[in-house]
Amino acid sequence: VQKTLTFERYRVRGVKLGGRTELADGVLTLDGHGLERELMANEPRIERVVVQTAVPGESTRIVCTKDVIEPRAKPGGAEPGQGVSRVLDGAAVVTCGPIVGFQEGVIDMSGRGADYTPFSKLNLIVIEATPAPGVAPHEHEEAVRRLGLEAAKTIAERAARGAPDSADAIRWEDNPVDARLPRIAYVDMLLSQGLLHDTYVAGRNARDALPATFDPRAIVDGAFVSGNCVSACDKTTTYHHQKNPIITELLGGHGSRWQLVGVVATNIPTRLGEKQRSAEKAIELTKSLRPDGVIVSKEGFGNPDADLMMIVRGLEAAGIKTVAITDEFAGPDGGSQSLADTTPEADALISVGNANERIELGPMAKVIGPLPDVARLAGGYAASLHEDGRLSLELQAIVGSTNQLGFGYLSCREV
Amino acid sequence: MSVSGSRAVIHYLNQFFAGLGGEEQAGQRPRWLDGPRGPGQLLERIAPDIEVIATIAGGDNYMAENLAEAADAVVALIEQHLGSDRAGRPALLLAGPAFNAGRYGMACAAVCRAVEERLGMIAVTAMYPENPAVENFRRDVTILRAGENVLGMEDALRGMARIGKKRLAREPVDPSVDGTITRGVRQNYFAPASGALRAIDMLMCKLAGEAFVTEYALPVFDRVPPAPAVADMRHATIALVTSGGIVPRGNPDRIESASASKCGAYSIKGLDRLTPESHQSVHGGYDPTYANADPNRVLPLDALRALEKAGRIGHLHDTYYATVGNATSVRRAVRFGEEIAAELVNVGVQAVVFTST
Repeated sequence: VQKTLTFERYRVRGVKLGGRTELADGVLTLDGHGLERELMANEPRIERVVVQTAVPGESTRIVCTKDVIEPRAKPGGAEPGQGVSRVLDGAAVVTCGPIVGFQEGVIDMSGRGADYTPFSKLNLIVIEATPAPGVAPHEHEEAVRRLGLEAAKTIAERAARGAPDSADAIRWEDNPVDARLPRIAYVDMLLSQGLLHDTYVAGRNARDALPATFDPRAIVDGAFVSGNCVSACDKTTTYHHQKNPIITELLGGHGSRWQLVGVVATNIPTRLGEKQRSAEKAIELTKSLRPDGVIVSKEGFGNPDADLMMIVRGLEAAGIKTVAITDEFAGPDGGSQSLADTTPEADALISVGNANERIELGPMAKVIGPLPDVARLAGGYAASLHEDGRLSLELQAIVGSTNQLGFGYLSCREV
Repeated sequence: MSVSGSRAVIHYLNQFFAGLGGEEQAGQRPRWLDGPRGPGQLLERIAPDIEVIATIAGGDNYMAENLAEAADAVVALIEQHLGSDRAGRPALLLAGPAFNAGRYGMACAAVCRAVEERLGMIAVTAMYPENPAVENFRRDVTILRAGENVLGMEDALRGMARIGKKRLAREPVDPSVDGTITRGVRQNYFAPASGALRAIDMLMCKLAGEAFVTEYALPVFDRVPPAPAVADMRHATIALVTSGGIVPRGNPDRIESASASKCGAYSIKGLDRLTPESHQSVHGGYDPTYANADPNRVLPLDALRALEKAGRIGHLHDTYYATVGNATSVRRAVRFGEEIAAELVNVGVQAVVFTST
């Protein structure tokens, strides 16, 4: 049976709080209080929810952002990768609140910081959630994760109605291709290292479910959900998975410039033996797709560098050309070695930036989220908060600044 | 003449290029000379937006042997002639080009670093990429890639002026465009295409066998598999090699204490052990007190002779090889290694005791 996936896009050009949740003339109106009550009703682990909005260009700073999700609804209820998905294009739900795992990040809607995060260009619905006393961090993480997904779904179901602004049929298996085109596969590495550091694939923890091959359409249709409380710069948020730019581009050129032969998602475990087993299995699965070339993307930094190098080494040894995407941790002065591991076969790397670079962000008129927690973020430090509202941070603390799916434009070079 | 105008620069030259004399004048302390000299006059002709208001000329030996003091003296000269107010001084200093002249290169780079750090000036120098100063100063100083000798004078002057102006305008310097020697420092920038698109483009190039440039060149470690063990040590000829800087007293080959440009071959024929009178350490990377008190601690001639006498090894080779590993580039070290190995293989040496520090 041929699967079809259609994205019906509803363009969102503005967002505001109001009486009833609806999309009219591109402006998304949200019944904020109603949404707060609904979200609270099913979640005893959360004591308080506040819904606010943030729009591009405004003097707003969101701190301790946990996840970002594109609001989507599946009115037909099909599995990810099939059926019709309604998308509030240009909007995103952002979850924030008291810090869960030290590693939530900052989104500035204007100023210098806005250049480093893709979310400053979106109309944001911010869900600030405060946990009930005594809720353990992993319960807190799960509660906020579910709250964000619920909010995104609810908003899309209510607002994405009527005729969409555009509809795209996403074709893959049913697309006739010229067999002479180069065969390209994609290896998507997902951080999955235990509580607060997990990714969920089709409802299962990536630790147990991967490596495995995936229909690329399933991934961009919500099969992957972030449960990661890791450094904000290079955690792959749910939004990044939904809009995975490598899959989007590879699907775009499928049949005309190359053949996208498949996607292997693999996990990034903690122990060396597990890393070796995962890498070997990911390499075997990838080889079974018989690609000429492979793109490998990474999540996180430090020990995941070892998994990346194992995969690149194994693929190149099998005669498969690879390009890997990574960020760098070259120190604030850019003078340190950037990665924790190296292999001579990794001769084609895309750098999405040095996450250690320090940046000063000017004061903002409005701050959403618990500001004092900023000093405890990865990429923040004791002197991060200035009395006049300025923030001194490493790019590491800015959500999506060095996303390793290559979502952004930042890069790094030797000078 | 406007001292602080945007055209004004100070030019640093050695005694030779400033027209003060050759090697016999190499001991001179830095001097202030009004207006351009030698290459400075050419600079004004080919770079119309440059006016050399003063030349500072330093003797090669004095500068290279007293780098810190000499840099202090240059800073003092500028303050003495132009005052301590930044507004009254040119914003730009150009030094050299120094080509492949080691002492001159060190002086140019040290002057550049000092005026940037202490006077808030922008400074640019130019030299041959293998000038020893490059390794010591590339991190802190903007160095234009220049030719090996004076044939590259005009290009270097033009380039230094261009990069100086660019830096004055606060524009970023990109080695791939501007021809500067990389500082070895990673710097972020926004690329014209997303990372995902760049990855796909790079993969298509790699598949097509077309040239591409990795965005991060991983350090590659040259792992040398150990040679198989020597089967019969009792009849083997063994040689001593060290990067620990042990040389005959007086350092006949003038091996540098850092960033060595050469290695030496020295006879140990008939010597039972090294003594403080016969040998010394010239290594600048460790405290040489104990090595000088007993050079066998770094080059274990005494132990090898004992093994030779006891018949545990066949014969100790009559020549040992020495260099200084301190800050010496891997590229040069590889060359030394290849040269030494070729000679040793040629005379039938089967194994080497290599000591480092």
